[in-house]
Amino acid sequence: MGAPAVRAIYILCARQLKRYARSPARIVGSLGQPLVFLLALGFGFGATFAKAGAGNYFNFVTPGIVAMGILFTAVFSGIEIIWDRQFGFLKETLVAPVSRLQIVLGRVLGGAIVAMIQGTVVFLVCLIFGFRVERLLLLPVAVVFMFLISLLFTSIGTAIGSVLQDMQGFPLVMNFLVMPLFFFSDALFPLNGLPRILTLALRLNPLTYGIDGLRGALGHAYVFNVFTDFAVLLIASSIMLSIGSYVFSKIQL
Amino acid sequence: MTAIIVVHDLVKNYGDFCAVNHISFAVPEGEIFGFLGPNGAGKTTTIKMLTTVLDPTSGTIRVNGYDPVHERKQVRRSFGIVFQDASLDDELTASENMDLHGALYGVSRRERAKRSEALLQLVGLWDRRNDFVKQYSGGMKRRLEVARALLHQPRILFLDEPTIGLDPQTRNHIWSHIQTLSREQNVTVFFTTHYMEEADRVAAEVAVIDQGKIVAQGTPSFLKEQTNSASLEGAFIALTGHGIREEEPSSADRMRRMARVWGRRR
Repeated sequence: MGAPAVRAIYILCARQLKRYARSPARIVGSLGQPLVFLLALGFGFGATFAKAGAGNYFNFVTPGIVAMGILFTAVFSGIEIIWDRQFGFLKETLVAPVSRLQIVLGRVLGGAIVAMIQGTVVFLVCLIFGFRVERLLLLPVAVVFMFLISLLFTSIGTAIGSVLQDMQGFPLVMNFLVMPLFFFSDALFPLNGLPRILTLALRLNPLTYGIDGLRGALGHAYVFNVFTDFAVLLIASSIMLSIGSYVFSKIQL
Repeated sequence: MTAIIVVHDLVKNYGDFCAVNHISFAVPEGEIFGFLGPNGAGKTTTIKMLTTVLDPTSGTIRVNGYDPVHERKQVRRSFGIVFQDASLDDELTASENMDLHGALYGVSRRERAKRSEALLQLVGLWDRRNDFVKQYSGGMKRRLEVARALLHQPRILFLDEPTIGLDPQTRNHIWSHIQTLSREQNVTVFFTTHYMEEADRVAAEVAVIDQGKIVAQGTPSFLKEQTNSASLEGAFIALTGHGIREEEPSSADRMRRMARVWGRRR
């Protein structure tokens, strides 16, 4: 891919960022859910968690809440294709002399950056409510994990958005894919000492590794290790990006 | 004059249904060419095949000398298109929509700014360039789409019902812009419309398609003469009414009628 290809990817990516920056309602609106979880669970379970000898629950749950902010924003960014299809903008990009791969890469990259920014905003809110970073030097590692989680779920959203024709299927996606992915991960509770079937579900969920990596980088103990987390996340997002690109390339006008 | 669009024996089938049935025509370079037909006649299907978004079942197409199936990129660089329904990003400004289009077509930043200004001036939107498209009226959106379609300096402009749903003032306004642009930049215009008086006024030549077949082709005055009609609308009804009256409804016709009901776009 030469310079024109990069230009096409860049301009589509920039478009997503512009649209995001211009809708403060969306930024504040998607803060609501993580905030409720943070305050209700973070403070609500604190005492029980400490009594069980598991440490500070607020610090434990913060990476999970950040991942939640990313997860919802990322899937939504991907699904925006449906809107572009309905409002017609998709056609404009599909008849342009650029490949479908460039279009999808621009979209996914833009969506992933948007989700990462949203995750950062959630993180800042967590800091305000008392989260403390243990090792500042590891923050770049946290950023890498936030980006990979964003990439993974924007790709999933893109794949779904390319298949769905309208927004009717959106609640289905939310309730049967996004919610289970979130709740059957290590976002809200630790991985050890669970029923076997739940352990299996958690271990099959790539988000578990993303949150584990994020949690480790933010100063908690790893369940796996940073390399396993990174490898699983990288492989999962590569696979999903390939699937997303393939499904997108099959869109018929 | 050389032909810039050449279609030979073009067919598109959707399963058993034949949307475009062995059509052939040629559009001379620099001409304004009207492609007319009732709903479901195969107009949009044909435009889709000419503009690389749909592959034909059989037949050959040359757009600016290139094959839309195998030389997609060259074909896509050769034309600009205004779709039947909106295709702008409402959340961006007019300028940003223009800029995005230019970038997708590989136009350099400086060149984008220059051409964008000239075109927006031409369609009378320069003063509103920094407004979001969602604040535009239907007519303004159309004018912006026409300007945008010309930003990469295409040789051909496809307009699929460019004036649908607009009042007569706006329609005249848009057509006068298109005629000016076509003259000044030597752009070939290929358009569809249901407004026959519009086609009569602006088109140098028209083709009438019905039930997937071209039933007449020539200058508007030739078609009127041929059918002894006072207006192009009369000629159009004489031509497209003819096929329906003469034939017994076959199973294929019933299929077509169903397809018209269910698949508005075919």
